[in-house]
Amino acid sequence: MQDMISVTALWWAVIVSGLYHGLNPGMGWPLAVSAALMERRIGALPKALAALAFGHFLAMTAILLPFSLMTVLVAWEREIRLGAGLLVIALGVYLLINRRHPRFLARVKPSRLALWSFLAAMAHGAGLMLVPIYLGICKLEELDAGHQAAGALMAGNLVTAFVVATAHTLAMTIAGGVIAAVIYFWLGLKFLSSTWFNLDIVWALSLILVGVFGVYSAL
Amino acid sequence: MNLRPDPTFHATPKLAMQAPVENYAFTVMLSPDGTQSDGIAVIDLDTKSETYGQIVHQVIVPHKGDEFHHFGWNACSSSLSPLTGHAFLERRYLIVPGIRSSRIYIIDVKEPLKAKIHKIIEPEEVFEKTGYSRPHTIHCGPEGIYVSTLGGGGPDGTDGPPGIFIMDCQTFDIIGRYEMDRGKQDKHYDFWWNLPQDYMVSSEWGLPPQFENGIVPDDLLSNKYGHSIHFWDLRARKNIQTMDFGDQYQMALEIRPAHDPSKSYGFCGVVVDTTNLQGAIFTWWRDDDGKWQSKKTITIDPVPADPDDLPDLLKGFGAVPPLVTDIDLSLDDRFLYVACWGLGEMHQYDVSDPMNPKLTGKVEIGGIVKDTKHPNGKDFAFGPQMVEISRDGKRVYWTNSLYSSWDDQFYPNDEGGQMVMAHVGENGGLTLDKDFYIEFPKGLRAHQIRLEGGDCSTDSFCYPSV
Repeated sequence: MQDMISVTALWWAVIVSGLYHGLNPGMGWPLAVSAALMERRIGALPKALAALAFGHFLAMTAILLPFSLMTVLVAWEREIRLGAGLLVIALGVYLLINRRHPRFLARVKPSRLALWSFLAAMAHGAGLMLVPIYLGICKLEELDAGHQAAGALMAGNLVTAFVVATAHTLAMTIAGGVIAAVIYFWLGLKFLSSTWFNLDIVWALSLILVGVFGVYSAL
Repeated sequence: MNLRPDPTFHATPKLAMQAPVENYAFTVMLSPDGTQSDGIAVIDLDTKSETYGQIVHQVIVPHKGDEFHHFGWNACSSSLSPLTGHAFLERRYLIVPGIRSSRIYIIDVKEPLKAKIHKIIEPEEVFEKTGYSRPHTIHCGPEGIYVSTLGGGGPDGTDGPPGIFIMDCQTFDIIGRYEMDRGKQDKHYDFWWNLPQDYMVSSEWGLPPQFENGIVPDDLLSNKYGHSIHFWDLRARKNIQTMDFGDQYQMALEIRPAHDPSKSYGFCGVVVDTTNLQGAIFTWWRDDDGKWQSKKTITIDPVPADPDDLPDLLKGFGAVPPLVTDIDLSLDDRFLYVACWGLGEMHQYDVSDPMNPKLTGKVEIGGIVKDTKHPNGKDFAFGPQMVEISRDGKRVYWTNSLYSSWDDQFYPNDEGGQMVMAHVGENGGLTLDKDFYIEFPKGLRAHQIRLEGGDCSTDSFCYPSV
């Protein structure tokens, strides 16, 4: 079954999930448009995007790093992947049932975009969505490299975690940046409300889908 | 929950102005003596309709003695802020508090002609969860629905200061008090904010014993009503600056910030200057150092009158004070409307330069001494009071009652509820529409107006109009 999934496909999943997060207004691109309009200078747009990206990157690493450390427990590899898959499914199911938005996000000051982006990503399980994909990459790379010492394995997986978080965040920032720039320069804010779709259910289903993939690939 | 944002949510004030015009108005009907139930009148504003300008439906509540006053929406354009994640709420419910009973009605107006009560929050729940009483202004914002109150705890509402509480925007459960540090704030009335700039401004009327049974002349003459406004760090829930206009500026009521969130100024109306009976408007703004400043930018003089024409309350003064009791700012931040309830005048000021307002229009109707008739020849009880502007800024609607017990003191021989409308000229100017005149059912008076799809005193915008 492992043969069905190539490393390339998993890396594409990292990129595509990044684009998906980036296009979701709930992950913050409208704030970059708003920043540029409020400050009346275009320079504020990339600055806001950078803050949002930083927060998102931190949220990704905060979730991926503990899992990268756990991969050292080679004997428990299957259980870890099963557990991670189930955790992601559980969050997806929870978000499907509980459709209410976390109120604490509303207490974050609009000037603290990085903090807001971090908390929004954490609250919506954006990092968890990457875990099964990440663990899949680790597994395949490990098979490629043959048996390594635990230390080298962990170091390799740590690097992979950073690369996954970076690639994902980069894809997210590019997607969000393109749509923010298109709205700012050409389409105008009328398109903000007309292009905003309720992704709550799709998002929860995405988590479940990724979780199922994680469980399936661990079996 | 919708799949798309509600079509009445607009990113900027400018987009809201370009949106389709209002088809309905919702206006408070109140029984001044509590002998009838209060309600919401649904008024047809579709000019092509056969019932244009008529009350086409009424939501009458089961209790008596609530005294409806101000009310607001469960959701507005502020939902388009991604910071709060409420983009898919529907603008569907009116939150209508009784300021005498502290009971709150949630009214479903999804189908205006079939509007009905969705939920009733009993006064005990308000008291128990907030320690406040007499709910007043409603705004939907980052943490849910914010409700200002005029009273604290205890039977007369003086046990502790009044403040703001928050309600859940989906379940309408009361969550609790807003304030973490209220500073010097000990009275309350209105509040509004600038969401991206993260500040709130609140104002002061007086404590319940100072208004519930009528205005207390001794308190007014000894300057005991509110005369300060408070600036808050909105999300930190902290009073950051209290600005005292001066003792004589009694009753600092309506707070009207510029709608464009890139601007850091707004207006506040003061009912009466006790040194000369003038009405006043202050412009407030944030200076380069981040401190809030204010300046009196409009004054309206009292008009001398024969004491025989005046109610007992005013006989000793020999003049009619303007009594600035409501102000409203058009969505383009260009025109400020000022209701002079005592004089019987509605003023329109061009406030494009907020530090130098210019009077550009005036309508005379009602009034303590003048008692001007409507152009259709009918009587207009009391004076122009709650004013609401259409989103496109072309029509201005207003009603006539201030507050039951105060109506009776200032206009002892008057009775009736009316709503009228004036048209705004291309470059200002205000003309009453001869054919728009709504007479409210006998025994009921009229107060605040809300327009379908939002109006100029409900929606907060998260993006500037550029």
